[in-house]
Amino acid sequence: MAETLVKIRDVSKSYYRDSQEIPVLHSINFDIPQGEFLALMGPSGSGKTTLLNLISGIDRPSSGELTVAGENITQLSDGQLAKWRSEHIGLVFQFYNLLPVLTAFENVELPLMLTKLSKAERRKHVETALSIVGLSDRVKHYPRQLSGGQEQRVAIARAIVSDPTLLLADEPTGDLDKQSAEDIMTLLSRLNKEFGKTIIVVTHDPRAADKAHLIRHLDKGELT
Amino acid sequence: MVLSLIIRNALRHRLRTFLTILGIAVAVMAFGLIRTVISAWYSGVEGAAPDRLITRNSVSIVFTLPLSYRDQILKMDGIKQVTWANWFGGIYVDPDNFFGQFAVDKDTYFEVFPEFVIPPAQFEEFQKNRQAVIVGRKLADRFGWKVGDRITLIGTVYSGNWDFDVVSIYTGKDQTVDESSFFFRWDYLDEWVKQNWPGYGAEIGWFGLKLSDPDRAADISAAVDAHFRNSSAETLTETEKAFQMSFVQMSGTILTLLQVMSILIICIILMVLVNTMAMAGRERTAEHAYMKSMGFRTYHLIGIISGESLVIAGLGGALGLLLLVGMTSIVKAGVSQWFPVFAITTATSVLVAAVAILIGLLASIFPAQRAARIKIVDGLRVVD
Repeated sequence: MAETLVKIRDVSKSYYRDSQEIPVLHSINFDIPQGEFLALMGPSGSGKTTLLNLISGIDRPSSGELTVAGENITQLSDGQLAKWRSEHIGLVFQFYNLLPVLTAFENVELPLMLTKLSKAERRKHVETALSIVGLSDRVKHYPRQLSGGQEQRVAIARAIVSDPTLLLADEPTGDLDKQSAEDIMTLLSRLNKEFGKTIIVVTHDPRAADKAHLIRHLDKGELT
Repeated sequence: MVLSLIIRNALRHRLRTFLTILGIAVAVMAFGLIRTVISAWYSGVEGAAPDRLITRNSVSIVFTLPLSYRDQILKMDGIKQVTWANWFGGIYVDPDNFFGQFAVDKDTYFEVFPEFVIPPAQFEEFQKNRQAVIVGRKLADRFGWKVGDRITLIGTVYSGNWDFDVVSIYTGKDQTVDESSFFFRWDYLDEWVKQNWPGYGAEIGWFGLKLSDPDRAADISAAVDAHFRNSSAETLTETEKAFQMSFVQMSGTILTLLQVMSILIICIILMVLVNTMAMAGRERTAEHAYMKSMGFRTYHLIGIISGESLVIAGLGGALGLLLLVGMTSIVKAGVSQWFPVFAITTATSVLVAAVAILIGLLASIFPAQRAARIKIVDGLRVVD
């Protein structure tokens, strides 16, 4: 039995529009073991992106506790949380979020600027990450010179370059054609199988979710 | 890579950045030009020596003092040398050809005012020839005068034609020294006064006092004025700086107006850059949110944004300074008649650079504040 990496206990989240409370997640309880490849599915507004944001520490729950890799992240200050994210979390988004003025190499190198690695060490890490995603021949290309699928692969390389504990992807295939989407999900599956990465993917696409070991559904803020 | 990111961000919208840099450069040039005009106005004050006092008639500079005061002043404690001079309002060919003309004591004037550099052989000629004149380099260039030329001025106060022999062309020991003056011998003037105005003579416009100790300037000033109190011509003694400042203050309103204009120009530069940086900050909301999600802290983002703002302001400032150098040399020729010392001072250059840096930092406040306040989830939603 694999060790539990993510423990979610009674986590609720509400947003406020003016003074009106809009509940998004209701008392979520959920464990994710290390090495899992989990797909979170559900209709729009079901709270799956919100749950992903809470697990990644880019948002805070209204109540409840979130423990990731033994750290109760709900108790961390903003500064501690930022440091924790840089060490433990790799994020992939639907629209890639690559910096257009940086090459593929430099985009992947960006998270390593927060580490104490030397330039040579950073280069080695970046080359490895780009090689894993199959873009060793595109290091000097700018995002505008890459296809959507290639851009997303650069984003994945950037997410894994610092060897995070947890890889989180929010609709990573949402902006891609069928073949590119298939390639991206295959790549994520490979990262899970070959490198043992714990991955959580939020997706609408059942074909994408098929690559995951476990699929959980959210509906109106509750796990079903 | 951070510096590279800052520069590439600055050049992301090349046309916008180019126009912003150009706008800053033109404004910086205008700012620098106004500061140069103000400096030119104050050049006499800046060039004043701390170890010199000027003694004049307490009623007004247009009233004279007896030359006999000179020996009495020289005997006072702390006085090293005393010289004197008179203003001579002559016309060279055309009344528009204005320049400063002074009748000075041939033996002591250039000892008290050593900033006028005169070749020794030419100075000897000045001693020998009663009609000798020493002219500044800029004045000589302006009228094409050379050593050996004979010049005629038409006297206004001291009527008639006055002939002078150019025996020397002086240069200033530094760029703050006025090189457009005309110095001739006081004894030549005094001779004319004695011949044409019976009962007058041996009257001077002001004394220049060289002190042995500049720290005693206030005491000595008071002592000189006390000595001549209740005499037929009471004196007013002040430091050379205060004396020069009294002329500058006659144009006080114009100077205030120029100061206000220079501040307004700074505000214009600031608005130009604030606009560019605000647009850049808004466009990069999602990028900043994503960088935060990776673990970049607010101070990292502030550094990147401020850096970009400083790069643009710095390039604008540097280009503005280059334009200022060119513009100053163009304007200089046209204004040399009124501003003998018209040059970009070190203080002006430093001020322009400081303004560029300050503007760069100020313009980054809004986008930096925005980046600092944006919540990651809200920023990422901008993409969606």
